[in-house]
Amino acid sequence: MTIEEANIREEVLLICGCDVTRCMKCGKCSASCPAYDEFDIKPHQFASYIARGDMYELMQSKTIWNCLGCFACVERCPRDVRPGKLIDGVRQAAVRRRGGTHLQPEDIPSRIDPDTPQQLLMSVLRRERK
Amino acid sequence: MQRIGVFVCHCGSNIAATVDVAAVAEAAKSQPGVVFATDYTYMCSENGQNLIADSIKEYGLTAVVVCSCSPRMHEATFRKVADKAGLNPYMVEIANIREQCSWVHKDTEIGTPKAISLMKTAVAKVNLNTPLQEGESKVTKRALIIGGGIAGIQTALDIADAGYKVDIVEKTPSIGGRMSQLDKTFPTLDCSSCILTPKMTEVAQHENITLYTYSEVESVSGYVGDFTVEIRRKARYVHEDICTGCGLCMTKCPSKKAKNEFNRGLNTRTAIYTPFAQAIPNVPVIDTEACIHFRTGKCGICAKNCAVQAIDYEQKDEIITEKYGAIVVATGFDLIDLKPFGEYAYNLSPDVVSSLELERILNAAGPTSGHLQRMSDHRQPKEMVFIQCVGSRCEDDRRGKPYCSKICCMYTAKQAMLIKDHYPDVNIHVFYIDVRTPGKAFDEFYRRAVEDYGVDYIKGQVGKVTPQADGTLLVHGVDMLDQKVVEINADMVVLAAAVEPNPDIRKLATMLTLSIDNNNFLNEAHPKLRPVEAATAGVFMSGVVQGPRDIPETVAQAGAAAIKVVGLLAKDKLKTNPCVAQSDELYCNGCSVCQNVCPYGAISYTEKEVRDHGVRDTRRIAQVNPALCKGCGACSVACPSGAMNLKGFSNRQIMAEVDTVLCQ
Ligand SMILES: Cc1cc2nc3c(=O)[nH]c(=O)nc-3n(C[C@H](O)[C@H](O)[C@H](O)COP(=O)(O)OP(=O)(O)OC[C@H]3O[C@@H](n4cnc5c(N)ncnc54)[C@H](O)[C@@H]3O)c2cc1C
Ligand code: SF4
Ligand code: SF4
Ligand code: SF4
Ligand code: SF4
Repeated sequence: MTIEEANIREEVLLICGCDVTRCMKCGKCSASCPAYDEFDIKPHQFASYIARGDMYELMQSKTIWNCLGCFACVERCPRDVRPGKLIDGVRQAAVRRRGGTHLQPEDIPSRIDPDTPQQLLMSVLRRERK
Repeated sequence: MQRIGVFVCHCGSNIAATVDVAAVAEAAKSQPGVVFATDYTYMCSENGQNLIADSIKEYGLTAVVVCSCSPRMHEATFRKVADKAGLNPYMVEIANIREQCSWVHKDTEIGTPKAISLMKTAVAKVNLNTPLQEGESKVTKRALIIGGGIAGIQTALDIADAGYKVDIVEKTPSIGGRMSQLDKTFPTLDCSSCILTPKMTEVAQHENITLYTYSEVESVSGYVGDFTVEIRRKARYVHEDICTGCGLCMTKCPSKKAKNEFNRGLNTRTAIYTPFAQAIPNVPVIDTEACIHFRTGKCGICAKNCAVQAIDYEQKDEIITEKYGAIVVATGFDLIDLKPFGEYAYNLSPDVVSSLELERILNAAGPTSGHLQRMSDHRQPKEMVFIQCVGSRCEDDRRGKPYCSKICCMYTAKQAMLIKDHYPDVNIHVFYIDVRTPGKAFDEFYRRAVEDYGVDYIKGQVGKVTPQADGTLLVHGVDMLDQKVVEINADMVVLAAAVEPNPDIRKLATMLTLSIDNNNFLNEAHPKLRPVEAATAGVFMSGVVQGPRDIPETVAQAGAAAIKVVGLLAKDKLKTNPCVAQSDELYCNGCSVCQNVCPYGAISYTEKEVRDHGVRDTRRIAQVNPALCKGCGACSVACPSGAMNLKGFSNRQIMAEVDTVLCQ
């Protein structure tokens, strides 16, 4: 694990608030995942990849773009690892590294659809401004 | 003034590495009352003990302070030494300079002053100690076993064989427990009833054993050696002493739709019933909710048919009171509720069954007479899926348990092999997380399922079981080793559900002041060194009530519990702890605060005439029953007038300790 990967890992764990050491490799997440076949790295592998610090591989995976965010895995994981959140965290770390994605509050009014619910705006803002 | 000796232990390097023991002994010499102080490598060794005993005699010591490990470890040892040397054992105080000092600090700069401070505190206390006398209490030579599963049965037999009287209280109409519901048992595949029934009969015939089935413990009072227990004998509506067990009533009973609990609800039974053919006692009970007579006042067929007039619809619950010296809790377990596991379709399809239901299906006396069948259409399944760890190892406390249930890996291998033996054409797939088979001949047993019987083990949990229109069950999972989705059209799915302690244990724990863990398993007095004793003296445990285990382990533990009971019952008298509470009648104003906080019900009140400054007065005064008091000290803290004192830990003694710590 490079220093950069260690930093990314820390960032991902901060974003998702998950504890990867709790994973017992039961595979329940993968078995619950409707997009399993579209993934190169499977949901149950995320905890060990992150534990090892193989962050570049995760960031280059197809998984982070194919995950539906349905959180079936989060709901079903018996150890409360919440792999869907891990995937979400890696995706955000990847997005941030592309640059220029930070949303500023003042940019919002010009971009939004008037029907967009207020909660969505708040949650996007909270997420992207970390 | 006391003549105090202070003995500082090195505990090898356990204490000496972080505490300058010589400095502690030196500092002791200038403490009030101290006439002798020394240090030694191992105070608990024979030489160390002799050193204390000799010094008591040589310096005429009236009190001793040992600076060593926790009093839990060696207080009893050093009290014995004092006793032998002619000193009242309660004149010994321990300063814990190991667990509370050397083990928690890294350097001598902190360790030594703290050890000195602990030593001074103990000296301050022992200056106020007074000799205390242990009392004696009698031992009722009879034991009570709560729960008549294999654990309770074996414990009772072992105690009874040693020559003591034993009563078993069993909640259901028959003894036998879960083991009577099993078909064959791992690892030797002997038939469960064939090995259990002889033991049940032995219990019934043993001259030292009294059975109270269909009964429950109503209340418990008293203490080790002398418990008083009220037992509710629920009305059977059949006289146990008259019934011959012919079973005619059961064949005649027209109410046949009651859920058969013994078969886990897979079929029905009559309103008057015995749970199974080999039930002990072989005396039916009437389920009043199902009985036509109790619902409408009509019927009465069973009574009419009973040749010996054993049936009595007017029978009432009966409460009996009995005295016991020891109590063993053996209330066993059940499987967790499977309803919250929606993804496995347990509620949706009768062909998704629990492991215990499968035991009944495989059993010749079960709902399908031992034929492997789907409960929906009575077809023999061709494709079967077993799902392991259902609700075990699960942090989600809304539906699961964090522990491994320990027995399911083994019984699944057993069930798979039993099925393959009779139906070689059935394909069996087992979805597992880990296969856990430690134990004598256990892993070989599981490997036999794979290698000789071709059972297909798949590493990975199942995501979903979906009932299909054609009556099959689509099982969707992944094989984590191949990284492939596995979909199986199963005819039957078996869930290895987590075990949990019988929920009754909560009520019993309150009655017996037992401690239970987060999962409702009983806590032992010490997890390693006192594994069958509860923290409450005189109460023991046996079987799954303490934690998941199989039959061999249960039987071994039952023997261990029995020998502990026998050891207790063999004594004629027990020594009682003299460190009990005592109220000072001049201070007590009868406010009842102490009675409300006492967890052991040891406090009562009397009207007493007292003389206060020459004035005669009748007052309500607290009285402590020393036999019930456990010396917890709750009352002495709660008493607003400072009237309540714990002997050996009086308010003055404790304040002296506090003052010493604070004034340094
Ligand atoms: C599906 C399955 C298959 C198994 N297969 C095997 C096997 O092949 N080999 C093996 O070694 N082990 C097997 N086991 C484990 C075995 O069943 C247990 O180890 C054993 O039954 C434990 O016995 P016990 O007496 O502790 O508990 P239990 O058998 O549960 O007995 C407890 C008794 O206490 C009674 N009781 C409960 N509450 C009260 C109360 N308040 N008052 C009075 N009585 C009360 C209950 O009615 C019951 O009779 C299997 C378990 C399951 C679930
Ligand atoms: S959140 Fe993503 S990884 Fe989790 S189950 Fe849904 S699609 Fe699969
Ligand atoms: S469900 Fe949870 S514990 Fe199981 S493999 Fe996935 S992340 Fe790990
Ligand atoms: S009286 Fe009740 S138990 Fe007896 S035969 Fe009628 S229904 Fe059955
Ligand atoms: S014994 Fe096996 S099936 Fe049962 S909880 Fe433990 S690992 Fe799971």
